[in-house]
Amino acid sequence: MTAPAHEDLSAGRVVLETLGVTKCYHLGEVEVHALRGVDLSIRDGEMLAIMGPSGSGKSTLMHIVGLLDRPSTGTVMVEGEEVSDMAANELAAVRNRRIGFVFQSFNLLARTSALANVELPLVYAGISGAERSRRARAALERVGLGDRLGHLPNQLSGGQQQRVAIARALVTEPSIVLADEPTGNLDSVSGVEVMTILQELNAHGITVVLVTHDDTVSRHATRAVHIRDGRIVRDEPVRDRIMAADRRAAVVAAAQGEDAAE
Amino acid sequence: MNLVESLRIALRALGANKVRSALTMLGVIIGVAAVILLVAIGTGVQDEITGSIEGLGSNLVFVFAGNFEEGGGGGPGGGGLSTRQFSVDDADLLQRRLGPEHIVVPVVQGPVTLRVGNRTLRSVTAAANENAGEVFSAEYLGGRGYRRSEVAAAARVVAIGATVRDRLFPNQDPVGQTISINGQRFTVIGHVAAQGGSLTGDQDNQVYMPVTVAQRLLGTTDIGLIAIKASSADEVDAVQRQVRQLLRPRFGEEFSVFTQEQTLGIFQQILGTLTFMLAGIAGISLLVGGIGIMNIMLVSVSERTREIGIRKAVGARTYDIMSQFVIEAVLLSVLGGMVGIALGSAGAAVLQQWVPTQVTLWAVMLAFGFSAAVGIFFGVYPAYKASRLDPIEALRYE
Ligand SMILES: Nc1ncnc2c1ncn2[C@@H]1O[C@H](COP(=O)(O)OP(=O)(O)OP(=O)(O)O)[C@@H](O)[C@H]1O
Ligand SMILES: [Mg+2]
Repeated sequence: MTAPAHEDLSAGRVVLETLGVTKCYHLGEVEVHALRGVDLSIRDGEMLAIMGPSGSGKSTLMHIVGLLDRPSTGTVMVEGEEVSDMAANELAAVRNRRIGFVFQSFNLLARTSALANVELPLVYAGISGAERSRRARAALERVGLGDRLGHLPNQLSGGQQQRVAIARALVTEPSIVLADEPTGNLDSVSGVEVMTILQELNAHGITVVLVTHDDTVSRHATRAVHIRDGRIVRDEPVRDRIMAADRRAAVVAAAQGEDAAE
Repeated sequence: MNLVESLRIALRALGANKVRSALTMLGVIIGVAAVILLVAIGTGVQDEITGSIEGLGSNLVFVFAGNFEEGGGGGPGGGGLSTRQFSVDDADLLQRRLGPEHIVVPVVQGPVTLRVGNRTLRSVTAAANENAGEVFSAEYLGGRGYRRSEVAAAARVVAIGATVRDRLFPNQDPVGQTISINGQRFTVIGHVAAQGGSLTGDQDNQVYMPVTVAQRLLGTTDIGLIAIKASSADEVDAVQRQVRQLLRPRFGEEFSVFTQEQTLGIFQQILGTLTFMLAGIAGISLLVGGIGIMNIMLVSVSERTREIGIRKAVGARTYDIMSQFVIEAVLLSVLGGMVGIALGSAGAAVLQQWVPTQVTLWAVMLAFGFSAAVGIFFGVYPAYKASRLDPIEALRYE
């Protein structure tokens, strides 16, 4: 798993790869080209930010990379294996074992406790009973929600809900976590907390792909890919990376300052 | 994902919409309860009629005027006016030719009005000869049946059924008392134990008198039925054959001979068909309940599109989603079925006061199996729709 010490991150093993991926939607007569040929390699252990303006195709790309969606043309490879040959149920199994999703709109099951939400991927992994709840509990503790196990989504703040979603993404110990605008619906303090957790996961060796249109958020990653109109226009390592844990104090102070000013 | 997990998910989903689940179940509940109740009535009636025919005695052969066999007359009474009726002479002939080991009894039935003091009662007389008591296994609680001499003399003596005794002679011994039948004075010589049974008319609301008196009273020389008690079960078929031979020269094909077993078979066939029809009608309401389940499941699938998307995103396979929704539908129908069985059985117990009912295991199993089948049948299509949703489209669904 771990890359030899003398190699840098860009030399890590390719875990996910797209080759000439396009996605075209047909709306009646009109054809919408969301992706127009994307070649992208995601390497083991990196934290990749996918940047771009609204409508540029970021989410579409993330869904294809995460095997939730199939490309119109082009190929997607997971650990060197071509995905287009796989049936829907095989894709589901790969998603379940290898990939964790964090969505902008949380996408938790309503009227279902935090614990049960986090257990969900384990249910489909065939893990049951004490083992399942132990692992879900541990995942929730890892995101700082050990005291909110029985809370329903509507009894949690946005930031807490997103942390439940992160716990759900990492409970199966996936090799890759895909996050689409994970801080998009959050205030600055919650946003920093979520970014802290994602960076921690990455530090533990999990590959993280982060979709964002926010330049500051993208600078938490190790590499940034810019797309525009469905094409990659820039692909570069992040210089002077921001560490969320270091920003926390400043963000909290700023938020309190705003409160005081009102 | 195992079955326990699917069950838990389904129960939670049903619990989240309690009123809706209950209303959906109501369709199945009513259907199943109707099946149970109607089959219980059908079976109960069948049992009672069987019981009362068997209770008549044993080794009996019945001879009717008119051809009811081989579709000749088209049901009882089909012989119509043209059919020649039997007379006492025909019964005598049969008795002479069959020999004394077999007992032949001519039976006349007709409506009568009974009066004791200022009490009146509309009743039926069943009149025969002195052997009636033996052939029909009557059990006398007091007094006796009429004798040969009384038949010969057309004596105005009568034995009465339990209902007649209770209505006209409450709390007294009727033996020796006087009763007016169609305006004629009769002496009560005995009373018979209650036989129960209410469907073919109250069998206890009858009076028994010599056939000779009854013919005068009713103004007829006709005999409706000749009953024969064979000496043993082995002789029944031989008696039936002999009677056919003996009557053919006089009546051609215009008579029918049934053994007790055949009579029973005919009734059972008719009632069995009736019970099946009742069950079928009730089954239609179960079908309507099933369509209700399908309707709600379709609504539920489109309401929970996002949930389905989430489940698929975290690794649910087609089969997982499919089984989740099928189990939900089956749970609705099976729970409804169980409540329906309970309600139907309770209803049958209450109805017992007026109609004989009999809740049978096969009806319960049938209703239960059918309701489960309804759940599967009407749950599969919505579940299939749910399982085929595209994960991304499901997640985008507003
Ligand atoms: N289901 C769909 N049907 C039709 N067009 C679609 C569909 N999904 C996406 N598109 C189009 O594809 C393009 C890319 O959409 P996408 O959601 O990937 O953008 P995005 O970069 O994630 O934008 P945002 O930052 O606003 O989330 C857009 O023009 C969008 O209108
Ligand atoms: Mg997007």
